[in-house]
Amino acid sequence: MKKTSLTAKLVNAPYIVWSILFILAPMIMVVYYALTDRDGNFTLSNLTSLSEYTETFGRSIWYAFLATVICLLLSYPLAYIMARSKASRQRTLMMLIMLPMWMNFLIRTYSWITILNNTGILNTLFEAIGIGRVQMINTPGAVILGMVYNFLPYMVLPIYSVMCKLDQSLIEAAQDLGCNGRAVLKTVIFPQSLPGVISGITMVFVPSVSTFYISQKLGGGKFMLVGDAIEMQFQSAYNYNLGAALSLVLMLMIVICMLIMNRFTDNSEEGAMLF
Amino acid sequence: MEKNAVIIDLKNISVSFDGQPVLKNINLYIRDGEFVTLLGPSGCGKTTTLRIIAGFQAPDSGEVIFEGKVINGVPAHKRQVNTIFQRYALFPNRNVFDNVAFGLEQKKLPKAEIRKTVEEMLALVNLKGFEKRRIGSLSGGQQQRVAIARALAVKPRVLLLDEPLGALDLKLRKDMQVELKNIQQRLGITFIYVTHDQEEALSMSDTIVVLDNGEIQQIGTPTDIYNEPKNAFVADFIGESNILDGIMHEDFSVEFHGMRFQCVDKGFGKDEPVDVVVRPEDVDIVPPEEGMLRGVVTSVTFKGVHYEIIVDIDGFKWMVQTTGYSAVGDEIGLSIKPDEIQVMKKSAYSGLYGDYSSFSEEFDELSDPDSESSDDAPAEV
Amino acid sequence: MKPKRALSNIYIALIMLFLYAPMLVMVVFSFNGTSSTGVLDDFSTKWYSELLKDSVTLQALSNTLILAVTSSLIAMVLGTAAAVGIHSMKKKWLKTSVLTVTNIPMVNPEIVTGVSMMLLFVFVGRLVGKSDVLGFPTLLIAHVTFSLPYVILSVLPKLRQTDRHLGEAAQDLGCPPVTAFFKVILPNISSGIISGLIMAFTLSLDDFIISYFVSGPKFQTLPIVIFSMTKKKVKPDMYALSTLIFLAVLLLLVLMNIMQARAEKKEKKAQSARL
Repeated sequence: MKKTSLTAKLVNAPYIVWSILFILAPMIMVVYYALTDRDGNFTLSNLTSLSEYTETFGRSIWYAFLATVICLLLSYPLAYIMARSKASRQRTLMMLIMLPMWMNFLIRTYSWITILNNTGILNTLFEAIGIGRVQMINTPGAVILGMVYNFLPYMVLPIYSVMCKLDQSLIEAAQDLGCNGRAVLKTVIFPQSLPGVISGITMVFVPSVSTFYISQKLGGGKFMLVGDAIEMQFQSAYNYNLGAALSLVLMLMIVICMLIMNRFTDNSEEGAMLF
Repeated sequence: MEKNAVIIDLKNISVSFDGQPVLKNINLYIRDGEFVTLLGPSGCGKTTTLRIIAGFQAPDSGEVIFEGKVINGVPAHKRQVNTIFQRYALFPNRNVFDNVAFGLEQKKLPKAEIRKTVEEMLALVNLKGFEKRRIGSLSGGQQQRVAIARALAVKPRVLLLDEPLGALDLKLRKDMQVELKNIQQRLGITFIYVTHDQEEALSMSDTIVVLDNGEIQQIGTPTDIYNEPKNAFVADFIGESNILDGIMHEDFSVEFHGMRFQCVDKGFGKDEPVDVVVRPEDVDIVPPEEGMLRGVVTSVTFKGVHYEIIVDIDGFKWMVQTTGYSAVGDEIGLSIKPDEIQVMKKSAYSGLYGDYSSFSEEFDELSDPDSESSDDAPAEV
Repeated sequence: MKPKRALSNIYIALIMLFLYAPMLVMVVFSFNGTSSTGVLDDFSTKWYSELLKDSVTLQALSNTLILAVTSSLIAMVLGTAAAVGIHSMKKKWLKTSVLTVTNIPMVNPEIVTGVSMMLLFVFVGRLVGKSDVLGFPTLLIAHVTFSLPYVILSVLPKLRQTDRHLGEAAQDLGCPPVTAFFKVILPNISSGIISGLIMAFTLSLDDFIISYFVSGPKFQTLPIVIFSMTKKKVKPDMYALSTLIFLAVLLLLVLMNIMQARAEKKEKKAQSARL
């Protein structure tokens, strides 16, 4: 027995070393840079100067929240319809939803410019039918659309997978006990699908709140998000310390959001695993 | 069997997991060619004992001796014992033939010899023609047979069976019991069999080792264990029994229900408190005036071969199995012959098992078959 | 029932239109006669031939493939070993904490992962007195790190499904422990390892955000090249490239789908044979 536990240690060691070096150490680096100045002296000025970014943080959260809600509203019926289709149809739909995820997201996002531009496809269409031009590109709506478009599959897939596992006999039992369609949805289907909804929400919210490319391209740089601010500090302003402070706050913000969300579910096992 | 040499000897084996003792100083020897059953409720340490012999678990202290040599340090793959696992642990990525051949391949035997042995083994377990079948396509009973063939193919000296029939349904289980016993007798291999099913243990074994709480409660032949249980636990776990408080006044004389009875036991102290066991089928029903004890029938259940009657005697509910019918409310007498009374020393288990006042057949069957110990703790109202 | 069915079909069609509109734009404009990505002109395949001459893009493509292959293979080996190690861990607190650390790259916003690793590399670079640390090695480390959890989390369930006595059964039959692992455990978890590998590979191919922060000018991947192109005006050759990638992904997915359907049929057959 002692021998196998030694092998187990040997098997574990490389990964544990790797995760300390490349998962934990970088996190410590973020904290270190956020709390020091350029010369490596301790300072809180990076964090205090973040007050200038209150609006940016607020906007990021608000846009990400809207995008998440829209994704949820669009995905839930879709996942429901998918889960109740024939197996072959389910497979095809799954494939169609996953396919865009495999494509370069920069190009996909860029293509929206062609569609939303003032002289773009949609506006040409609108003019043809007499509605006239609508300003779409470089608006908050376009940014949110970009988020919904990019992250929609992340919402559909987890909801769909819990709906597939839903016990059909539970629905029948509810109907047997006199529930009508809406009541079944409310009392059986929705509570059961909640874990999928929760993971969908995290999977859409986290990338939405931290994105920088979408806002640059579809918002025309007019609506700065946290992601943009961080990217700027690292790629053009070269103020790593401020960038690290921004990242640290973003990270903490997400952890807080997720803790709040976990309170809504009794999925304690997963919660324990995450934190 | 008695003449055969000892093949496995466990000396002072103790094991604990996370500070929780699982085996407490186990001493047990097993003779070559014997069919030994480790019997006990779940968590009693029987599987751990098996794993120690197989080499999957090292004891905290004590020695495992195989044919006179200490084998504590010998890893599992070098021991001459083989295991049949609870869920068979067949290799799903190999077909039936390759599963049975696995152990032989490890020995690097020539192909032709492997083929011959595998075919012999499959014939032994009535699975001829199944060579190419995938494991997933077999029924539970067939998988069980493959597991047996696979373990026997390497010609083990000792075969360890960990609740091998637990996953099968009742009918199949009965058939496999007979088949396993036949195989054991034909091949003359030592079988160490783990089960919680007392009937299985009684019908198959040469020797039964009753375990509870990591301690051996009794070792003996099935008849010994049934007729002369050493303590209240063994009496209760194996078969039905009426367990009463008694006082051993002197040799061959015991008192319970305020009456003195003749018995065949001796060697207790004067007026020593004891536990008295009377099996339900050993009680004769007689007219009330002829009975040593008198009581009122409170329930009658027809069981096919006999009636199961619950009789209230001074508030203690006896179970009696008889072929004669009595109606509920009848007053009847009970007569017990001296050799049907088993007197046991008081133990930690004394007083735990109560009478049959809460006994219900229905409840027994509904409850988890895995916890078959008739733990009918009296739910006194 | 009928109108409901029609309604759900229309709904699915609208979602698909939303998901595929940008791709359609991309495909159409890749055949555009002029260099515009806004106005359509003649049909032409010149951007495809142009693409084959573009050495920067081709170099980036080969870089991307090299990185994806090496990082996914390393992640596969390391991740499988880690999963086996985690699975055999007896101490619960250790298991939970290792799993929590494993989850960090999955729940953290990509930008934070990217930034934190960049900070680590820069920090170490400064320690050893090198200013241009960012390049292939840092990209490789980053890609292995973010792929690892996906490999681990696809192997772990397979290990849990595997009969825990399987390895013991092999040892019991005379197989030394390490050989037992390769002979009977590995074949049982291979499907999880393969799907982990595929996931790691595609994640690496597609990753932009993390790569953006840990790459240097010496070694650029395709997404980074695309990013710098979209900063200016995108030429249709990017669209041509994306169309080709799209077709390749489509082909791969269709193939995987067919294989899955076949496997399911086989499974059904095996089940009916059991009866």
